[in-house]
Amino acid sequence: MQLREACASGRAVRIEGGGSKSFYGRQTRGEALRVGSYQGIVSYRPEELVVVARAGTSLAELEQVLADKGQMLAFEPPHFGPGATLGGTVACGLSGPRRPYAGACRDFVLGVHCLNGRGEELRCGGQVLKNVAGYDLSRLLTGSLGTLGVLLELSIRVLPVPEMEVSLRRPARPPQALELLRTWEARGAPLSAAVIDGEYLNVRLSGVARLVDSVATRLGLERHPDGLRYWSELREQRLPFFAGEQALWRLAVPPGTPFLSPPGKCLLDWGGSQYWIRSAVTPRVLRALAEKEHGHATLFRGGNARGELFHPLPSRLAALHSRIKDAFDGQRILNRGAMYPGL
Amino acid sequence: MVAQLSSSVSRGRELLRRLAEILPAEALISDREGMRPYECDGLTAYRRLPLCVVLPDTVEQVRAVLRLCRELETVVVTRGAGTGLSGGALPHAEGVLLGLSRLNRILELDVRARLARVQPGVSNLALSEAAAPHGLFYAPDPSSQVICSIGGNVAENSGGVHCLKYGLTVHNIQALKLLDCDGETLELGRGALDQAGYDLLALLCGSEGMLGVIVEITVRLLPRPACSRVLLAGFGHVGDAARAVADVIGAGIIPAGLEMMDQGCIQAVEAYMQAGYPTEAAALLLCEIDGEEEEVESGLQHVADIFRKRRATSLRTARDAAESARMWAGRKAAFPAVGRLAPDYYCLDGTIPRHRLGAVLERIAELSRLYDLRVVNVFHAGDGNLHPLVLYDNQRPGELQRVEELGKRILELCVAEGGTVTGEHGVGVEKLDPMCSQFSPVELAQLHAVKQAFDPAGRLNPGKAVPLLRRCVELGGMHVHGGRVPFPELERL
Ligand SMILES: Cc1cc2nc3c(=O)[nH]c(=O)nc-3n(C[C@H](O)[C@H](O)[C@H](O)COP(=O)(O)OP(=O)(O)OC[C@H]3O[C@@H](n4cnc5c(N)ncnc54)[C@H](O)[C@@H]3O)c2cc1C
Repeated sequence: MQLREACASGRAVRIEGGGSKSFYGRQTRGEALRVGSYQGIVSYRPEELVVVARAGTSLAELEQVLADKGQMLAFEPPHFGPGATLGGTVACGLSGPRRPYAGACRDFVLGVHCLNGRGEELRCGGQVLKNVAGYDLSRLLTGSLGTLGVLLELSIRVLPVPEMEVSLRRPARPPQALELLRTWEARGAPLSAAVIDGEYLNVRLSGVARLVDSVATRLGLERHPDGLRYWSELREQRLPFFAGEQALWRLAVPPGTPFLSPPGKCLLDWGGSQYWIRSAVTPRVLRALAEKEHGHATLFRGGNARGELFHPLPSRLAALHSRIKDAFDGQRILNRGAMYPGL
Repeated sequence: MVAQLSSSVSRGRELLRRLAEILPAEALISDREGMRPYECDGLTAYRRLPLCVVLPDTVEQVRAVLRLCRELETVVVTRGAGTGLSGGALPHAEGVLLGLSRLNRILELDVRARLARVQPGVSNLALSEAAAPHGLFYAPDPSSQVICSIGGNVAENSGGVHCLKYGLTVHNIQALKLLDCDGETLELGRGALDQAGYDLLALLCGSEGMLGVIVEITVRLLPRPACSRVLLAGFGHVGDAARAVADVIGAGIIPAGLEMMDQGCIQAVEAYMQAGYPTEAAALLLCEIDGEEEEVESGLQHVADIFRKRRATSLRTARDAAESARMWAGRKAAFPAVGRLAPDYYCLDGTIPRHRLGAVLERIAELSRLYDLRVVNVFHAGDGNLHPLVLYDNQRPGELQRVEELGKRILELCVAEGGTVTGEHGVGVEKLDPMCSQFSPVELAQLHAVKQAFDPAGRLNPGKAVPLLRRCVELGGMHVHGGRVPFPELERL
């Protein structure tokens, strides 16, 4: 088995799922460890709201199986290509438009079966929502970009597909759009996504039909011309905003942050707490802006894959990251440097 | 030996002297009587006095204590409100018990962002009460909410009756400030929906005081639902009730709460407070639906249909908030009610996959007969989190030992069914042995390695949460692992 050999010789490996998100994160060297062929749903009981599947399972296929039973991955993960696998999705820890209202990828990861950098098999978490036995390694591994372990199998909590969803919009400048959203959220409107694109406030409502209907009428919005497709186009970064080669930044800021007017073009997702920014300014500018607002900035696409893509950590936290890396992968052979240099 | 003893005595004196320099007099307790209230947490079977108790009321004092403990190589056990049920806050005989009850300020309540920044000693209820006038609430609501602290909730990743819909503590906090074992500050998240680097915020949830001292928490508040109502149903068979639970979830309904009681518990509650529960029923389900008026109505109808199909013998929907509250009151009084049935009871806390509910309850009944100990059940059916209560009398010789044996068998059963040995009460000192049945030696070593990354000298809450490998070896070959076979396909990788 390839990983064990790599461990024995201390050779670096680069974990590869479907390759759909290879643009994301820093460049890593090493021999490719292909896990994409390790596929299949291991167990799925809709009434448990849990699916267990191998890391190489195609995300599209998995979503289809869930949809057949009226369920879904509620964090609405982006695919970024037909090859997307469940393992890659969890390793990157990315969440789509539904995130602020339903939860993030890590919120739905209940258990992980993986190999650490010593080639040892670990099962963390399990298939139940409530589980506090041992530290929560499953969530630690989620979003760790393969630097702590090779994901083999995942148990994921799933949720029912809402009875009804509608896509609506109205013209609104960003500051006004943020205000409107605040009011609607506070009144418990059944929002499941909200984007401010400069011209329009775009929202998706989800829930039981009677409720969605009555709220849609009450809010007095127009039907979105692109319908629900708008949200998958957004999730997959296929809206015109994302076209072209210019660097794409992601700024995450606390909910409730007033409009920032960052340099360049911007699109506010997650009800105003995730900014997508197209800009050629130096990283320093956006990092400072994010920090001022208690957030962080990631160079999501189009950066120098050997540079700093993720927000630099304060030194004490960086040292802790380094010790955590060593706790899983002392030889530092797994996806070395994918997140931070050396890690 | 004598030399060792005297050196530890003199080190203890030195510690007290130096603590007195950094803390106000009322914040340092070292007399036996004064320390009594801190000798145990909610798991009263384990008691121990620490070297001293400190009750700082500023973060800077906490830092100074931690720095001193580093210098003098002294162990620190953090304590919130001491309601933990697994001995997590049990003192260390040669250590400092760091009580955080005085760090009880709500630092900021940002209604616009729906965030609150609080100190760790704020009680769960105090936070909810502060949020209520703004139409907001903090979702995790453990039954101990009147007393338990938010810091303790994070350290145990506590849930409550509403976590099926609203999640556990980990799903409801946005940032933490931690003092590490050297007393240095680490900021894990600052309020955005995610953070740069590893998800240490999630890792800290449920870490039982092993990785650092949490000194500030930013929690997410939710708008209070416009409407919420409860439905109460009795069933002639436990199996029917269990299947009804599966049907509700399978039908795509996520109730705010879904609780179950068996006959023993129903009768105990009725005898205690006349909640209006059907005493002849073998099992009772309490289902709460919340949201906007339209959602609640359609949800309640749907659930009632399902319960009828599963042969509910009685069915009642609360007409208003007051009636809902009465229905809940019985559930909330379940523990004290059961407490009257026997001199002592022991509360277990395993989780199983929901579809195994019926089978597991049957097996627990068999075990109860086998050990000749009465077991009553009240639990969070919606998420499969069981709380079998084993009734006993501590005065009878050998009975506690039988209780522990039975408890162990029940937790092993949970693991074998694909569940876990603790759903929400934590491992502490109590579940160190059962941990050996859930985790392999390699996995335990990995958990210890994580602890070491945070606390290389092992000064924070030593001996808790993760059993030493040696202990598991001595217990001998208990590793059950849900009867699953290791991956045959692994060889391909
Ligand atoms: C009657 C009763 C009902 C209960 N119901 C529930 C329930 O419904 N759901 C549930 O989940 N639990 C329940 N519990 C268990 C308990 O209340 C929770 O675990 C609670 O979160 C503990 O909080 P505490 O402040 O009392 O913590 P403590 O008991 O003081 O400490 C618990 C652990 O956390 C650590 N700790 C505490 N504060 C900090 C801090 N600031 N930084 C680092 N570590 C810290 C301690 O070292 C210890 O390991 C119940 C307990 C009782 C007695």
